[in-house]
Amino acid sequence: MKSLHNKAAIAGIGCTEFSKASGRSELSLASEAVVAAVTDAGLAPSEIDGLVSYTLDPTDEIEVARSVGAGDLTFFSKVNYGGGAAVGVVHQAVMAVATGQANNVVVYRAMNGRSGQRNGQGVSGQIVTSDLVHWSWYQVYGMLTPGSWIAMIANKYMNKYDVTAEDLGHVAISQRNYAVTNPRAFGYQKPLTMEDYLASKMIASPLRLYDFCQESDGGCALLITSAERAVGLKQKPAVIRGITQASTQGQEQMTSFYRNELSTLPEMELAAKRVYAQSGLQASDIDAACLYDAFTSEVVMQLESFGFCGPGEAKDFIKEGGLDIDGRLPNNTHGGLLSEAYIHGLNNIAEAVRLIRGESTNQPKGIEHVLVSSGVGVPTGAMILGQS
Amino acid sequence: MSESLVSRIKPVLGLDNKWWWDQAAEGVLAIQRCQGCQALRHPPRPMCDQCQSQEWDFISASGKGTVCSFTVLHHPKFPGYDYPLIIVLVELTEGTRITSQLTGCEPDEVDFDMPVEMVMQRDADGFQLPYFRPSQ
Repeated sequence: MKSLHNKAAIAGIGCTEFSKASGRSELSLASEAVVAAVTDAGLAPSEIDGLVSYTLDPTDEIEVARSVGAGDLTFFSKVNYGGGAAVGVVHQAVMAVATGQANNVVVYRAMNGRSGQRNGQGVSGQIVTSDLVHWSWYQVYGMLTPGSWIAMIANKYMNKYDVTAEDLGHVAISQRNYAVTNPRAFGYQKPLTMEDYLASKMIASPLRLYDFCQESDGGCALLITSAERAVGLKQKPAVIRGITQASTQGQEQMTSFYRNELSTLPEMELAAKRVYAQSGLQASDIDAACLYDAFTSEVVMQLESFGFCGPGEAKDFIKEGGLDIDGRLPNNTHGGLLSEAYIHGLNNIAEAVRLIRGESTNQPKGIEHVLVSSGVGVPTGAMILGQS
Repeated sequence: MSESLVSRIKPVLGLDNKWWWDQAAEGVLAIQRCQGCQALRHPPRPMCDQCQSQEWDFISASGKGTVCSFTVLHHPKFPGYDYPLIIVLVELTEGTRITSQLTGCEPDEVDFDMPVEMVMQRDADGFQLPYFRPSQ
């Protein structure tokens, strides 16, 4: 269980500009992000010997390798389940580095998520696979978008614990406040008030426009190497204290509606149990977080999954400013998927690395450990980053 | 083609689910039943996750249940569906749940634990699927 503890580190991060219309191919975005991550670490593209991305990413590893002039590859892989792959790709890289399969693994995700294939446009398909049979049960009724699937669970949770629209609004506003000062963010210099939030149109009740993340064009990449080697590179390493993937009984992609209890996130509880055990840390040791935030309700529920408060107490945690820069758990200090950009969670990991380096545009004081999670409602994962 | 003639997205039909849609076409709301341990399950799968038997039949559900959760969809609007669209997760009296659409109910009247009953919807193109409505 401790085998990946402190074995690897994120030594480089790279991001392209985030926009609503990049005018460039995903290969172009991926290449820029990958080179930026490698350069950030003080390495050359020819030193890359491993590449990992998402199954949903349109750009294969060897396309990126040829494009950037990578070295010989001895490890390449892709992780399934949309944003659930965010920690998963790092997990693959960490295992490769820890077992000597590769030395310098770059994980990447590049998408034209607004000008190209939009998640908000819904799912469709022709070939019969068990995955498409699964989606069919929902498509036939018009339940086609991530918002519609998440709303079903959010509504159940909110009803059980008397969570209000204002409670979700506090999450949207807290993250927008961070984005206002982040030049990379969609929400840069665009403040959001509770009035704006409540006046925004209902999309999939109880979720309004500002409960939804962005749809963005852009790319992100991270360079993972051994914790030992990372010390000699250009940047202060973000050491991986613990990392895991997690999927639990009754798991569907986004529609785990048939479990007895619908007001919890069992896969996140599993991820929490494992990253805490692996790192030897607990919730009280975590100083900041980048909790996956495709929707505001996901942040609320994860506070309980990761033990920052008890069941039903997240709304009070948030109301008391717990997610703000001077709060108990500054969360998504770049604005997150809600207000920076939606690069499928990799931009949240990049921010977690900045927090460890002390380089966030909204750097809270005394950050030792940062928790990051990936997609909610899908097979997912989590990790804890720490100082070298 | 005018929007009113566009029909809903049809389910893909494979070996593990076509039988269920065939029953719906006959007016039956089916629930798969394991022949090994008699456990009911939905959505259908080829193997029982309790006893690993792949032998199964099905029962015809009573169609009665309560609203376990719901969402009202306003945007985006896809051709072939009516908005606001009330999607319900129904807990059937038999114990399994099913995701469906609520009809005959205003969007602001749907509520948790509301008693509902199945009513078979027949589209203009003849496709049939179970809807639910408030219990009469």
